[in-house]
Amino acid sequence: MPGNYLPRASFQALLETLQQTGYRCVGPQLRDDAIVYDTLRHVGDLPRGIRDLQAPGQYRVEKSDCPRFFAWANGPQALKPLLFAPQEFLWKTERAADGRLRFVAAVPDAVPTAVIGVRACDLAALRLQDAHFLKDPSRDAHYAARRERLFLVAVHCTRSAPTCFCASTGDGPRAEAGFDLSLSELDDGFLVEAGSDTGRGVMARLPLEAASAGQTQTADAEIAQAAKQQTRKLPSRNLQAALFANLDHPRWVDVAERCLSCANCTSVCPTCFCHSEADQPTLDGAGSVHARQWDSCFTQGHSYIHGVTIRADTRLRYRQWLTHKLGSWHEQYGRSGCVGCGRCITWCPVGIDITEEATAICGDTTHV
Amino acid sequence: MSDPHLPSEAEIVERVQESPTIFTLRLRFTDPAEHAAYRFAPGQFNMLYLYGVGEVPISIVSDPGDEHLFDHTIRVVGRVTKGLAQLKTGDRLGIRGPYGRGWPLKEAEGRDVLIVTGGLGCAPTVSVINYVMRRRERFGQLVIIQGVKHANDLIWREQYERWSAVKDTQVLIAADVGVQLWPWHVGRITELFSMAQVESSRAVAMMCGPEGMMEVAVDHLCGRGVAENAIWLSMERSMHCAVGLCGHCQVGGKFVCKDGPVFNYPEIKTLFRAEGF
Ligand SMILES: Cc1cc2nc3c(=O)[nH]c(=O)nc-3n(C[C@H](O)[C@H](O)[C@H](O)COP(=O)(O)OP(=O)(O)OC[C@H]3O[C@@H](n4cnc5c(N)ncnc54)[C@H](O)[C@@H]3O)c2cc1C
Ligand code: SF4
Ligand code: SF4
Ligand code: FES
Repeated sequence: MPGNYLPRASFQALLETLQQTGYRCVGPQLRDDAIVYDTLRHVGDLPRGIRDLQAPGQYRVEKSDCPRFFAWANGPQALKPLLFAPQEFLWKTERAADGRLRFVAAVPDAVPTAVIGVRACDLAALRLQDAHFLKDPSRDAHYAARRERLFLVAVHCTRSAPTCFCASTGDGPRAEAGFDLSLSELDDGFLVEAGSDTGRGVMARLPLEAASAGQTQTADAEIAQAAKQQTRKLPSRNLQAALFANLDHPRWVDVAERCLSCANCTSVCPTCFCHSEADQPTLDGAGSVHARQWDSCFTQGHSYIHGVTIRADTRLRYRQWLTHKLGSWHEQYGRSGCVGCGRCITWCPVGIDITEEATAICGDTTHV
Repeated sequence: MSDPHLPSEAEIVERVQESPTIFTLRLRFTDPAEHAAYRFAPGQFNMLYLYGVGEVPISIVSDPGDEHLFDHTIRVVGRVTKGLAQLKTGDRLGIRGPYGRGWPLKEAEGRDVLIVTGGLGCAPTVSVINYVMRRRERFGQLVIIQGVKHANDLIWREQYERWSAVKDTQVLIAADVGVQLWPWHVGRITELFSMAQVESSRAVAMMCGPEGMMEVAVDHLCGRGVAENAIWLSMERSMHCAVGLCGHCQVGGKFVCKDGPVFNYPEIKTLFRAEGF
């Protein structure tokens, strides 16, 4: 069997192979004290020796003496902004002097992109966004074009944040499928596996060495350890019945007193798909563009119909978010809309914890 | 429909002012091939685009058999509808559609049809009434129950008078506030339900309007033995995309734009009365 071990010193070869194959590489980098995804040209830009400290309402990074690139759990972004753009044009209307209208669809802006460092929860979220945006007959051309040109290099997690609970949702910490290549990071290098033909093509061009049984064992043990570290969990993988049976639970009032309705949770959530559409005049004044941008069920406008706001207060909005995310997603896409990434817990300014709220509301009425 | 996300240009062929705040636009796609290929079912809707302002969901009121034009009856309420009201014959707007699931008209054949509508200009049900009237022999009794706030709000009054003269057709209208020579009931729409002459076991009910009114109607009908799955409701929610992507129209797991807007009562029963969905 050919080798599947990539020494750390050869990691740049992976970036170069992908670049030569025509991909723009995107990977995690430290920016303004957070790990974010951006164009990655050089291995030196990876967050080497950086770890994250996460807790409800808290996120911090600090230096460590660990030589690894991926020894942190996750940052505020998942794959979502790379595929479902925070804002983009859908079509443009040109109006001639005689009042005739011409509608022109925006050409999807889709550069072939290779993402390095995708986590298991991100892949699970991607499968859900695929189910939403690629469903016929309303397949979204912009999302689809980017998705078709995407190359995914997954990294199995070896270190969970205290906010992570992917083991309980069944989505991590090992990336099981949906990647082109996967990496297990060890101190000196990486175990590489291919998950697609394109991945195998790239792998064949890497300066790989033989991996030892000991390396494989260490990698597996670290992933298992990451799962064991997790303390949070949801009461069950399917809370649909329990949530809808508890629409009048007093906890909704309680959480509404804490929630600011700020929409941070929906914006960091890798599966949230809500967006609004609006027209904007073009800069030259000769037309109008129809744009969409991320929206949230926490905004006043989200449920507005003339004369009525269906969800006027925070209690109804938080209840909408939770009953949809953990409940009606089952009806729509055959599983919960939560992949256990914990972002909504970390990035909530007041530290509201989805696992705690779900347990308070459904805990005593369900069995795992 | 080629691209479900992109409007096509349509021209206003005729504009009718139905009341001070309600108007009808009779439209034709400017591309003849597109116009010829356009098909819809009563109860479906289009997204109407006003240049530079935005889009709104509006039901199609005309008959699917009318190949030359399609009609939208619109009430002026806000930004887009106010702007649409300013358009004149010959002006252009954008149309994409049709979207959603319409009324169960095939299933209703051979049965008594009960229409319940409240509020102003309840376009979705007018499409059903017109549809049944044109194919009168295929249906049993037709009962139209409509509630309006003020008698002057009733548009198409002569039509209702004409309909009430048709055999096997009963028109019951209630206005909270009446006017002189108002031939119908003064009071609440709920007072009319018990007068409806339909055979509960063979009735199909189709309703639209304020949800509070529909709740009372559903209770009444179930109380007199109409099966829950013989009740159909057209729902209204915020809509931006109309194709199941933007998330605005969701009621629990249902996307009103594509799973509805017409729902069979058992499909939405659990959340129908719940606040906030
Ligand atoms: C399936 C469906 C069919 C409809 N059919 C008709 C019809 O035949 N005739 C008619 O007059 N009206 C109909 N409506 C209601 C009509 O869409 C709203 O009155 C219209 O969107 C108001 O837009 P506006 O910009 O004038 O009002 P504003 O109050 O300025 O609204 C701003 C935005 O809010 C949203 N919005 C406001 N009210 C509604 C609403 N009731 N429903 C959905 N979104 C809303 C829209 O995105 C709108 O652009 C229908 C609505 C739905 C969902
Ligand atoms: S609900 Fe929270 S934990 Fe679950 S996927 Fe969304 S952001 Fe992650
Ligand atoms: S739960 Fe937290 S992040 Fe979400 S809207 Fe409320 S305060 Fe904001
Ligand atoms: S209107 Fe966008 S999902 Fe229904």
